[in-house]
Amino acid sequence: MQLLEGEKEEILACVKDVLGGNSKTQENLIPILQQVQKKLGYLPTMAIEKIAEGMDVPAVDIYGLATFYNQFRLNPPGKHEVKVCMGTACYMAGGDITLESFQRRMEIDEGETSQDRYYSLGRVACVGCCTLAPVAVVDDQVEGKVTPTRVDGLMLALEEGRDDNSSQQPDSSEGDNNE
Amino acid sequence: MSEEVTITIDDQSIKTQRGEKLLWVALENNIFIPHLCAIKDESRPNASCRLCFVEIEGQDKPVTACSKEVENAMVVKTRSPHIDRLVKTGFELILSDHNLKCRECPANRDCALQMIAKKRGLKLKCDRFKPLEREYELDDSPAEFAFDRSRCVLCGQCVWADRVEAEIGAIGFTGRGINRVVTTFKDLPLADSICTECKLCVDACPVGALYYKHNQKA
Ligand code: SF4
Ligand code: FES
Ligand code: FES
Repeated sequence: MQLLEGEKEEILACVKDVLGGNSKTQENLIPILQQVQKKLGYLPTMAIEKIAEGMDVPAVDIYGLATFYNQFRLNPPGKHEVKVCMGTACYMAGGDITLESFQRRMEIDEGETSQDRYYSLGRVACVGCCTLAPVAVVDDQVEGKVTPTRVDGLMLALEEGRDDNSSQQPDSSEGDNNE
Repeated sequence: MSEEVTITIDDQSIKTQRGEKLLWVALENNIFIPHLCAIKDESRPNASCRLCFVEIEGQDKPVTACSKEVENAMVVKTRSPHIDRLVKTGFELILSDHNLKCRECPANRDCALQMIAKKRGLKLKCDRFKPLEREYELDDSPAEFAFDRSRCVLCGQCVWADRVEAEIGAIGFTGRGINRVVTTFKDLPLADSICTECKLCVDACPVGALYYKHNQKA
């Protein structure tokens, strides 16, 4: 994920701040990650790297934690966030096909954010509307019977909302180009 | 702390020290117990492979030998229909996520899975469970070795070698459930990570996941 202009400084300041406010013990690692994510909206790999340095643990271990728990996200929330339900009912009704359709249309994988940060795509496990399966949550709005055709319709509506200032432009000089 | 105790494993009386782990006491006395994830110097074993089950007299449930400390007068059985069934299931679950093309594997004939299969009369086939079909990444970026995740059994031996022997911290476990893998920070190829290519992990791998390129077959 490319960082936005000024984002690097923001990440560094945030990590410094959070590390300063907690004792650097192993049991504080998850709270530290939570605080950083709360401030930044996600856990950039640069933040993981800096936390690892500050706490003197291998970065891959923090990466392991962040990929183990669903509460952590490694990519920033997009301007529009779509979550596809993979609960039992939705899965049986073809939720995986719905997810795939979104992936194809957004050109990103599940758990990812588009380079312009306009879209992010994730999954949820049952939002309580099983009778509407397959369900997708589009910007906190529950959508039912999301077949691939409906995906096209929903995407069209989201695309229409796109104007030139609607998405933040990545700062091309400041790449965290490890993706 | 070195207090001598006497235990019985499969009718064999063995003298050992209190606090030793049952698995290692058995192995050192030539009693085989299947195991993949156990590390002798690890005081808090992961006990994750679930292959080292034994029965202890007076305990109604089987225990993992790698995490069980010996106690005086302990009576242990390494085989029983119940144990064999448990180990068989654990073994088959591991095989359901393991590349079974042994002839193409650099570890053929020098593989912990083959050894366990032979000693316990288990098949190196995956009949009962559906093999997981997924893409496994091959990392052949290091100069002398490669990492084929289709053969990885997630035993953690390489991670221990990386941390405790090499003291690097280049590799670790990430992900969850069936997505769990051994990888580097940001999933970089080993050559682009902080890995120093010391190869201790290759020597630690009990199967053909981390292997020397000069042993490559296919
Ligand atoms: S690469 Fe080898 S040593 Fe490392 S976890 Fe996989 S099987 Fe075990
Ligand atoms: S399973 Fe999707 S809403 Fe319940
Ligand atoms: S060796 Fe005991 S659980 Fe793996």
